[in-house]
Amino acid sequence: MKSISCDVLVVGSGPAGLAAALEARQTGAQEVLLLERNDELGGILQQCIHTGFGLREFGQDLSGPEYAWRWIDQVHDAGLQVLSETMVLSVDATRRVVATSKALGMIEILPRALVLAMGCRERPRGALAIPGTRPAGVYTAGTAQRLVNIDGYMPGNRFVILGSGDIGMIMARRLTLEGAEVAAVCEILPYLSGLRRNLVQCIRDYDIPLHLCTTVTEVRGQDRVTSVVVSGVDADRRPLPGTEREIPCDTLLLSVGLVPENELTRMAGASMDAVTGGPRVNEGYATDIPGIFAAGNVVHVYDLVDDVSQAARIAGRSAARYACSTQAPTGPTVRLVAGENVRAVVPQLVHPAALEQESIALHMRVRTPIEAPVNLDLRLGERTLLSRRFRYVRPAEMLTLTLPQRLAGELAGATELSVHVRT
Amino acid sequence: MPDATYDVIIVGAGVVGAHIARQLSRYRLRTLLLDKAADVGDGTTKANTAIVHAGYDARPGSKKALFNVAGNAMFDQVCAELDVEFDRCGTYVVATSETDLATLQDLASRGRANGVTGLELISGEEMRRREPGLTEAATGALYAPTGGIVDPFALCFAAAENAVSNGVELALNTTVSRLLLEGNRVVGVDTNRGMFRSRWTIIAAGLHADDLMRTAGLEGLVIRPRKGEYFVLDRAARSQLRNVLFPCPTPVSKGIMVTPTIHGNILLGPTANDVDDKEDLGTTAAGLNETLTGALKLIPGLDPRLMIRSFTGLRATGSTGDFEISTPAERPGLLVLAGIESPGLTASPAIALHVVDMLREAGLTLQERPEYVPTRKGIPRFSLMTTAEQEALIAQDARYGRVVCRCETVTEGEVVAACHSPIPARTYDALKRRTRIGTGRCQGGFDLPLVLEIMAREYNVSPLEITQKGGASALVFRRTKEVGL
Repeated sequence: MKSISCDVLVVGSGPAGLAAALEARQTGAQEVLLLERNDELGGILQQCIHTGFGLREFGQDLSGPEYAWRWIDQVHDAGLQVLSETMVLSVDATRRVVATSKALGMIEILPRALVLAMGCRERPRGALAIPGTRPAGVYTAGTAQRLVNIDGYMPGNRFVILGSGDIGMIMARRLTLEGAEVAAVCEILPYLSGLRRNLVQCIRDYDIPLHLCTTVTEVRGQDRVTSVVVSGVDADRRPLPGTEREIPCDTLLLSVGLVPENELTRMAGASMDAVTGGPRVNEGYATDIPGIFAAGNVVHVYDLVDDVSQAARIAGRSAARYACSTQAPTGPTVRLVAGENVRAVVPQLVHPAALEQESIALHMRVRTPIEAPVNLDLRLGERTLLSRRFRYVRPAEMLTLTLPQRLAGELAGATELSVHVRT
Repeated sequence: MPDATYDVIIVGAGVVGAHIARQLSRYRLRTLLLDKAADVGDGTTKANTAIVHAGYDARPGSKKALFNVAGNAMFDQVCAELDVEFDRCGTYVVATSETDLATLQDLASRGRANGVTGLELISGEEMRRREPGLTEAATGALYAPTGGIVDPFALCFAAAENAVSNGVELALNTTVSRLLLEGNRVVGVDTNRGMFRSRWTIIAAGLHADDLMRTAGLEGLVIRPRKGEYFVLDRAARSQLRNVLFPCPTPVSKGIMVTPTIHGNILLGPTANDVDDKEDLGTTAAGLNETLTGALKLIPGLDPRLMIRSFTGLRATGSTGDFEISTPAERPGLLVLAGIESPGLTASPAIALHVVDMLREAGLTLQERPEYVPTRKGIPRFSLMTTAEQEALIAQDARYGRVVCRCETVTEGEVVAACHSPIPARTYDALKRRTRIGTGRCQGGFDLPLVLEIMAREYNVSPLEITQKGGASALVFRRTKEVGL
């Protein structure tokens, strides 16, 4: 088996992998190797032909492929090594990576630092246990997006979309533009799962019916879907008997959540956060396995690609520093804990010593929306160290709170900080 | 019967029909295996608990008992010959009350009467030692070391492929509408693709055995579908369960069990509800809830969030309560297999041998073919290989280096091989059963577009012609930029 060593190995070339690899090189890592299982770089960006990417990174409203190519060009210009059609099969705690590659066969890679950037995957029907038959015509929104935008095939003519995730709403518009009919978008929650701008631009502008507090309770059809039954739900998301309504359709699209793809992370033995579904990381996006870092949606699911690129830069930088000097932040750490109406906080650990060097951005999501001004408080015990005001908070929109360097002294000696959202 | 095209027609290419076809392929016979579906094994064979039963359930003296124990004994050899995954891991029936303990005693003595070897009653404490996640309520268990788990899809298509390689003709998408009669004699079948004449017709049609018999005027036997709903858990749940566990049986069913599958998932189920519709393969909220509740009674710590799929199987429950395997005297030329519900999968290889004996006794000349090859080799399974084997395979064919199903690590090479196997995987579901593609936690979300492209290329058709399971189950409808509707 061919054995390759390098300074930094990045697994996955979506927005996170591209930014991490490039940043690793710019931080001083000489040999940076980027692996991609597909035949081209860019990951899911390549099928996201809608705009909305790059407003912060490039000050422009770009499509997914345009955004990807801005990065891919830089990766090529920087002379990074790239292996596409290469899939990692295993990773261990010593960072020994085994991959299969169409060009090279089985390869072993022994990097000084490893960045995991595999992204996330969509929850399928089975995870929801929607009752009914098992006909053709039940797809995740992302699969439909790939079929339509990359392969050029329409997976159906009349759709019902379950879930108001961003990909689902974007596909509602896309399918409408391709001459299909979107009969309904159903969301089990009393509020939207995706971004408000997608509701306006993809649903309302196209007069697509959106039903909140509604879910699909049965799939019908033998060979192909012929209809779905939708029902209203109560406050505990249980279907309400008597509210069933049959909607004829040939396709059910699911946009019911994304799950960080962390099989390799688990294989390496990294500690996981049960709420985010990603590894527990520190301010440098280092996992608790020395030399293994995580970037982008493997850590937690982001809503904007620009945020992915920014966080991945930090991971790439940390990986390069580790590879070049085997340096990692040392000293005690402070745990970050989700308090009132906060679902999870990333990073989960912070070194006060690292805060002395630069500020640290904390990312979090609320559990329930509040459509009124709220405070996001960072607390040490009962004492509020930092507070930020938001006009509203929604689970779909990630909140960021930046720890300024000046707090480094306050954190010294602390073991736990908590964040809370309240009116 | 000088004008008969075939010596034997087998109606139904489920696990029973496939094993009969394989046994008949040893002889100089012209055999036709028919199925209405787009792939073999598309009925009860594809949706069951995938257990090789030890044989303590059935009433001593019944055909179920006889063929269960005989079939079980054949599994090591059959699975080795056919390259089918099988694990004789043993099975347990768990008691959770004093009444249950008495039931275990009954099962043990019934098993011994049936000729099941190695049965052992163990204490609740010992059972919990063997299964740390087991309910505290366990009071004892019956251990059956001869029980096991198998890949039921492979058991069927491997036998069918072996039969086809040995000369059996296979006609899929072929629905038999009636048996052909000349006087009292059955002389073949009428189908959507015309008539086929034969000296012998074997009904191995699962749920539809009674409907076919009725077309030849044979009334009396009724097949009533009994629905069973299941859940499949992600491999990540595998550490939560070590053994194949049955609860104590009830008069209608063996109860909701929890079992590892041969592929490393956990299977929960089945329910048991009589239904009228033989096509009613829908799951229900109530059924799935019952499945989960039942499974949690045995292993309270199972994580329902790891569910990746639910499905329904229909047992072909016959009105006699036993397997019906006969050559009705009033209809010469006909051999009937009906009511082959559990333990049908286990019994299938033994039933096939018995059917051959019945045909011989009924006067069919069976002359051995010296060129008969009893073994069959499946397509390579990349994920099960050592690194050295994987390396060698990719060196031979680079397509084995491209992973198209990330969850189950299935390669393009395997998809291509399945498209060119003795029974080509013409549908997505057929491919899934051959390669495990799309059976993992993303349930095909990633691989489907890639598979459409590969299948279209290998069969030289448009992706528009690729279906999930034949018939009107097209996966994509039209090109973009074409006006549809």
